Amino acid sequence: MKQFLSFVRKEFYHVFRDSKTLLMLFGLPIVQIVLFGFALTNEIKNSKIVICDYAKDEATQQIINKIEASRNFEIQKALMSHKQIEEAFKEGNTKLAIIFPTNFNKDLLHLNQAQVQIIADASDPNTANTLTNYATNIIMDYQQELMKNNAMPFRIIPELRMLYNPELKGATNFVPGVMALVLMLICVMMTSVSIVREKETGTMEVLLVSPFNPFLVIISKAIPYLFLSLINLTIILVLSITLLDMPINGSVLLLFATSTLLIICALSLGLLISNVTQSQQAAMLISMMGMLVPTMLFTGFMFPIENMPVPLQVICNLIPSKWYYTIVKSIMIKGLGFSAIWKEILVLFGMTCFLLVVSFKKFKTRLV
Amino acid sequence: MRTLKFLLQKEFKQIFRNKALLPLIFVVPIVQLLILPLAADYEVKNINISIVDHDHSTYSQQLISKITASGYFQLADYGNSFQSAFNQIEKDKSDLILEIPQGFEKNLVRENEQKLFIAVNAINGVKAGLGGAYLAQIISAYNNDIRLQWVQPDKYNTAPVITVASSNWFNPFMNYRFFMVPGILVVLVTMVGAYMCALNIVKEKEVGTIEQINVTPIKKYQFVLGKLIPFWAIGMFIFSIGLFIVARFVYGIVPVGSLLLLYGYLSIYLIALLGLGLLISTFAETQQQAMSVAFFFIMIFMLMSGLFTPLDGMPQWAYIIAKSIPVTYFIEVVRMIILKGSGFSDIKYHFIIMIGFAVLLNGLAIWNYKKTS
Repeated sequence: MKQFLSFVRKEFYHVFRDSKTLLMLFGLPIVQIVLFGFALTNEIKNSKIVICDYAKDEATQQIINKIEASRNFEIQKALMSHKQIEEAFKEGNTKLAIIFPTNFNKDLLHLNQAQVQIIADASDPNTANTLTNYATNIIMDYQQELMKNNAMPFRIIPELRMLYNPELKGATNFVPGVMALVLMLICVMMTSVSIVREKETGTMEVLLVSPFNPFLVIISKAIPYLFLSLINLTIILVLSITLLDMPINGSVLLLFATSTLLIICALSLGLLISNVTQSQQAAMLISMMGMLVPTMLFTGFMFPIENMPVPLQVICNLIPSKWYYTIVKSIMIKGLGFSAIWKEILVLFGMTCFLLVVSFKKFKTRLV
Repeated sequence: MRTLKFLLQKEFKQIFRNKALLPLIFVVPIVQLLILPLAADYEVKNINISIVDHDHSTYSQQLISKITASGYFQLADYGNSFQSAFNQIEKDKSDLILEIPQGFEKNLVRENEQKLFIAVNAINGVKAGLGGAYLAQIISAYNNDIRLQWVQPDKYNTAPVITVASSNWFNPFMNYRFFMVPGILVVLVTMVGAYMCALNIVKEKEVGTIEQINVTPIKKYQFVLGKLIPFWAIGMFIFSIGLFIVARFVYGIVPVGSLLLLYGYLSIYLIALLGLGLLISTFAETQQQAMSVAFFFIMIFMLMSGLFTPLDGMPQWAYIIAKSIPVTYFIEVVRMIILKGSGFSDIKYHFIIMIGFAVLLNGLAIWNYKKTS
């Protein structure tokens, strides 16, 4: 036991001496929380649009004023002819063009019917869709105002209530995702690299020939990262509560317990990677290239999992952070207890055991 | 020149000899390009709905069948207790609840007005907003149907109507993959380029071979060029495979604009990017350091570059950061050239900025690289 403790101490020295890496370890989660909390939204504001108004009458002016007043749009310029639209799109900034035909107001008042054309730059289909909807809504609003006097009979009024997140903040969704992402990646990467480094520089051989149990060597490598990750987790939670007004509706203890489970799971994955690779570069490439983007996408916080093709949904279930993400959402936001998430916890626990067993099986006490 | 040739020979040999690394460099990006765009789909479909029906009337049945027939919604639960429907939301089994109050049909016909209650799980704000909007649309369409049953419509329009005709250019089928594939390709090339370059030099530092190079008469710029050129070539190669094989044959994306322009921009972008890798490597002592610094930057690049979320929605300070990242410009340019066919005059500012990045980053890297330790 005493031996084990001194090994753990050695590993802590390794970690704390490397101030640059340490800075990254703590800087990354902070930057991510700030980015996700404040910078990244799916909301579309101030989109640049062009307007081609052939009519130039009272009605089009009123509609244009309404569009200008909306914070979704920023009118970039008024075009003289619709032939300039393609040019504006190709230049890149313009997202939408609205065209009013000649005699717009006349048609509207005398024929009771007028047309507006909306052209969207659909190279970004999402933005195109949303902006078209916004613009249509503004025009419909105007129309509604025109016929305000006659009320509709047989009205069904849907009353919408947003549960858990009435202001539709992005952070509510992102914070659990960032927690899963950061814990997962940092643990996998750091453990795998620090073990492979000993292999690469040859100090592993020294450790292996010592009378100390080789498994404990490996475990003592993982302990500092477990410790650091828990600190990281605390930082993320404190930041998201103070800066982003996130609630923790459930039990903090349960949250930390399940986080520890995820961290151990990620550490075991790191061990496994370090066992099958020989160089730091390979270990990094696997844990970075192989894990970063998939973890980001398959955890389900950026893109809804239900939309993916079935084989990918199966893959999602193999990613530990996906289960953790569900757990965090349930505890933090919905305020549920153990009984609601025991299945997810069991899955994570199973994955951890599996990874640990495999990586210990693969672990060689001899160098090649 | 001869020195450079030998240096290049050495680098290429080192890269191609490394049997563990080689498949990672080439296979991982391609596999990711095959899989990831399938996963990155914002379009919201298959929304699970729980319906609480206290009315059990013809109207409520009609409304329910209209909702389930729309294709957006899947009926997850049908009952007459709000609590059990709410449990479904807690378990993530359903995304929204529609509650039809008692006397829905009766009140609608007699009092001309009736409320419906919708509760949406809003943890994911985007999905909640869209789901609520779709449901409101369906309800208002159903409302119109009912109106038509009771009120005889006039022969002519008595109220002014504005019809909106909308069309979508450059991507008429609104295929989200057309938008994602070029962006993901850029990120993959960026990751391979920046990491490999940064790690490669730091590895020489860590193993100590850099000392041997430092004591030779090799010039700084020769050393840097010797490191840059191989990774530049690898970056070009991966981009080409991604563009001509994966994007074309798997996703059916054929660039509309000029390939020459695209490659011109790519080659400048790669120089800028590798400059960043070099710069990181001159600061880092160990590979672990280089990796965590590179990871830090790539993470920010990925999130801020407009790959997943639009730049227009960002607050001013974030927009400025986004605009000082080289990846942002390249993603814009790739999407513009491939999807819209923009020409040189449309992206000339992008060119100038990227050349600025390339000069700045490489200049800093060469200046900071010291032959003496």
